Amino acid sequence: MAASGIVLVGFLYAHAAGNLKIFLGNEDFDHYAHWLRTIGTPLLPDVWFLWIMRVGLLVAIVAHIWSATVLTVRAKRARPVKYAHRPKVQGSYAARTMRWGGVIVLLFIIYHLLDLTTGHLNPVGDSTRPHANVIADFAADRWYVTLFYTVSILAVGFHLRHGIFSAARTLGQQTDRGEKRAKVIALVMAVVLVAMYLSVPFAVTTGLVK
Amino acid sequence: MDIQVRVWRQSGPTDKGRMVAYDVKDISPDASFLEMIDVLNEKLILDGDDPIAFDHDCREGICGACSMVINGVAHGPEKATTTCQLHMRKFKDGDVIDVEPWRAAAFPVIKDLIVDRSAFDEIIQAGGYITAPTGTAPEAHAAPVPKKDADAAFEAATCIGCGACVAACPNGSSMLFTAAKITHLGLMPQGQPERESRVLDMLQAQDDAGFGGCTNMGECAQVCPKGIPLSLIGRLNSDYRKALSKR
Repeated sequence: MAASGIVLVGFLYAHAAGNLKIFLGNEDFDHYAHWLRTIGTPLLPDVWFLWIMRVGLLVAIVAHIWSATVLTVRAKRARPVKYAHRPKVQGSYAARTMRWGGVIVLLFIIYHLLDLTTGHLNPVGDSTRPHANVIADFAADRWYVTLFYTVSILAVGFHLRHGIFSAARTLGQQTDRGEKRAKVIALVMAVVLVAMYLSVPFAVTTGLVK
Repeated sequence: MDIQVRVWRQSGPTDKGRMVAYDVKDISPDASFLEMIDVLNEKLILDGDDPIAFDHDCREGICGACSMVINGVAHGPEKATTTCQLHMRKFKDGDVIDVEPWRAAAFPVIKDLIVDRSAFDEIIQAGGYITAPTGTAPEAHAAPVPKKDADAAFEAATCIGCGACVAACPNGSSMLFTAAKITHLGLMPQGQPERESRVLDMLQAQDDAGFGGCTNMGECAQVCPKGIPLSLIGRLNSDYRKALSKR
């Protein structure tokens, strides 16, 4: 969980940083999107680097889901008879929503790929004009799309809040001071990432970015 | 004070079991939780009913025998306290209190509130020991131990192996128990020769016994009557990683 999770968090940050290019204008954003397809050239043919990254991400996602499934199945087997009286788990909201939160994030990723990568669910859906796709996607009258993105990104934020701390612990973090530090880092990283991601749809919906 | 307890009654390992409600009248607020069950049992015996079976031994919080999930919390509402050290003054007159056994596949119910915790013995047998020559006690200063390490090892060694961590864990994992043993032995010079095989073997025994996997949720540390910190699991993971890399 920890190793694949770190790869995915790394991707999330790179993706979020790229998104912010939208604040530099139409051309900058489209140029950035096209550049993603030409990284590594002429050493590699066009789009190869992108596909290498995609395959790497897919491997990380499959490993992450597989580990989560194994843990979930083991947890179910480990407690065949449920408690009759079970108050809410005392640990954090983020920790107890990891599993369902993860499922929401997965569904969101599928929608997101169909929306802004393949363009099937996008009103413009023109892969040569990513800026236009984004503007059309989060138009004010499509508020429900913005709402769904917001809910999903918040789910990602909660997932990271426990996930980053948990990864540190899994990799051997063991001092009390380090625990406090890991929890603060996890919270800050989650909040910053959520802010980076949500700034784009909100900027479009409110008309800040046209 | 008058209360009602709803207790898990299960006549044997194969019985399905159910919650049964009993009224307990005029119980002293200064009675311990187990004494309240004792009073109830005396009444049940007089009425010709089967008394509630429950584990208990020292009744001073150091043996780890008592094991009740009270209102969904292992060892009840008071932090860092075993069931035997919990008193009725922590409850209110008229309260309805649910009492259940530890629930884990690795801890099968023997009867009512008594579960079989042999799975912990299997984990200990797999690596919870050191190899030392028998004979007279060694000279106390022969193996110097830094005070910091001695204190940390002692803190981990206060684990009484009650199993509350498993009972509380949403995954039914025994990681805090195993981590406490790994830490307590791994911090001492006498524990070094088996340090790598210990973590590998104890984790294997834990998996074989049917405990769940740890997801660092921290429920275990919330209910631990000895306040074993969650950070010890990080130490176990660190030992595990080092042991794996040397394989």
